[in-house]
Amino acid sequence: MSTAELMETVQPGVDDQAEAALLKVEGLTRVYGDRIGCADVSFSVWPGEVLAIVGESGSGKTTLLNCISSRLTPTCGTVHYRSGDGVSSDIFKMSEANRRRLMRTDWGFVHQNPIDGLRMTVSAGANVGERLMAVGDRHYGNIRQTAIEWLGRVEIDADRIDDQPRAFSGGMRQRLQIARNLVTGPRLVFMDEPTGGLDVSVQARLLDLLRGLVSDLGLAVIVVTHDLAVARLLSDRMIVMKQGRVIEAGLTDRLLDDPRAPYTQLLVSSILQV
Amino acid sequence: MNTFLVASDVRKTFVMHMRGGVELPVVANVSFSLEAGRCAVLGGPSGIGKSSILKMLYGNYGCDGGQILVSHRGRHVDIVSADPRKVLEIRRDTIGYVSQFLRAMPRVPALDVAAEPLMIRGVGRETAHAKAQSLFARLNLPERLWSLPPATFSGGEQQRVNIARGFITDHPVLLLDEPTASLDAANREVVTELITEKKAAGVALLGIFHDHDVRRAVADQIIDVSAFAAGKSAA
Repeated sequence: MSTAELMETVQPGVDDQAEAALLKVEGLTRVYGDRIGCADVSFSVWPGEVLAIVGESGSGKTTLLNCISSRLTPTCGTVHYRSGDGVSSDIFKMSEANRRRLMRTDWGFVHQNPIDGLRMTVSAGANVGERLMAVGDRHYGNIRQTAIEWLGRVEIDADRIDDQPRAFSGGMRQRLQIARNLVTGPRLVFMDEPTGGLDVSVQARLLDLLRGLVSDLGLAVIVVTHDLAVARLLSDRMIVMKQGRVIEAGLTDRLLDDPRAPYTQLLVSSILQV
Repeated sequence: MNTFLVASDVRKTFVMHMRGGVELPVVANVSFSLEAGRCAVLGGPSGIGKSSILKMLYGNYGCDGGQILVSHRGRHVDIVSADPRKVLEIRRDTIGYVSQFLRAMPRVPALDVAAEPLMIRGVGRETAHAKAQSLFARLNLPERLWSLPPATFSGGEQQRVNIARGFITDHPVLLLDEPTASLDAANREVVTELITEKKAAGVALLGIFHDHDVRRAVADQIIDVSAFAAGKSAA
């Protein structure tokens, strides 16, 4: 084929992405009085991909995460979620009951501090089993067996199943929180600084574990982090935020290796080399 | 002749906002094409923009203008204007890349690093591992290293993991950024053989090789990058 022929058959780079988005965020804004939490944020997330939202403290990334996971009501803008039956609906127009069911079944939320996502005074097994019971599982033996399997997947020994998370280290608590979220087979998981507050060696183990689980389960993940190394390791695409607004968005490796916006260049050039 | 990739008038300038917005022109008017079963080599001195060209073809760097058309799943797609998800799809199925240095993941064993590109395309773990093992064996990577994470490997050992990772798939286009730089003569010879086999399989290759012997052995075409030096045409 000649070059001229090749040119004639060119397809536009942005073509019919046949697959529909799982989550579609449009014009999302949240203000606190006259202060901006986040302003006019739009993006989509497709099944099986990991999107990182990065920025410094106060950039609005946690406000954004809380809005799109329906934990916080936006001032304006919409968030559409496409459920397993292919129907897309605005999560803020759903009934409270439907939204709660969504959060228990299709969605997961991993908090930075495991204390916010775990029940500290019930056993590790019950922490995992509770989500299963919430979706209707009633067979004690099955629940316990599934809990043991999930503790194994997050590298917690089965003989710790009856211990309370209070007795766990920070890294173990975080892994338990992940098991609690994934046991019901969610399609979309929100993560707020999942490796924040952990030692680097513990962090590396958790990142590797998350990478494996995400690809094995084909999960879509939206992860908020201020750590660009975490974004590089986990995410396919990235959104850079500053003062509540999206500064730059695109492929993670391109944003990190060829940042365009002054703010992204500042962030990337501020990474300490070891 | 079967053209797999055509770059036309590709242009790249870095704008350094941390340095008061100074502009660093890299390349301009980059135009060439890659054909199936042939290996093209980017020539020219260091710093002329050879690696940047590879990175633009892989979508790792953005371009400021021009077009890079690649034959992807029976269609022709422009990498310059492709959205991020399309670029990821092209990397999974069409364009492979052996970088200059391996980016080691903590805790991930060498076998998994090399097998990953096959596994994300749906190949089973055992098949992918078997193929990685046979590449490691050919590249003389000591077997005791296979199940260890490459972070602590020597430069040459890491590079062989990286080469295995790049050569394990049957991507129709393969980009090679100095794959032999930290290898001894015996392993350079293995890489030369691997490239020759890719050519025989109809793969279009584009590489940077500072080693004269390797270059002489594999190159079908030399693309002189100094002809694309930015500012040359603008001045």
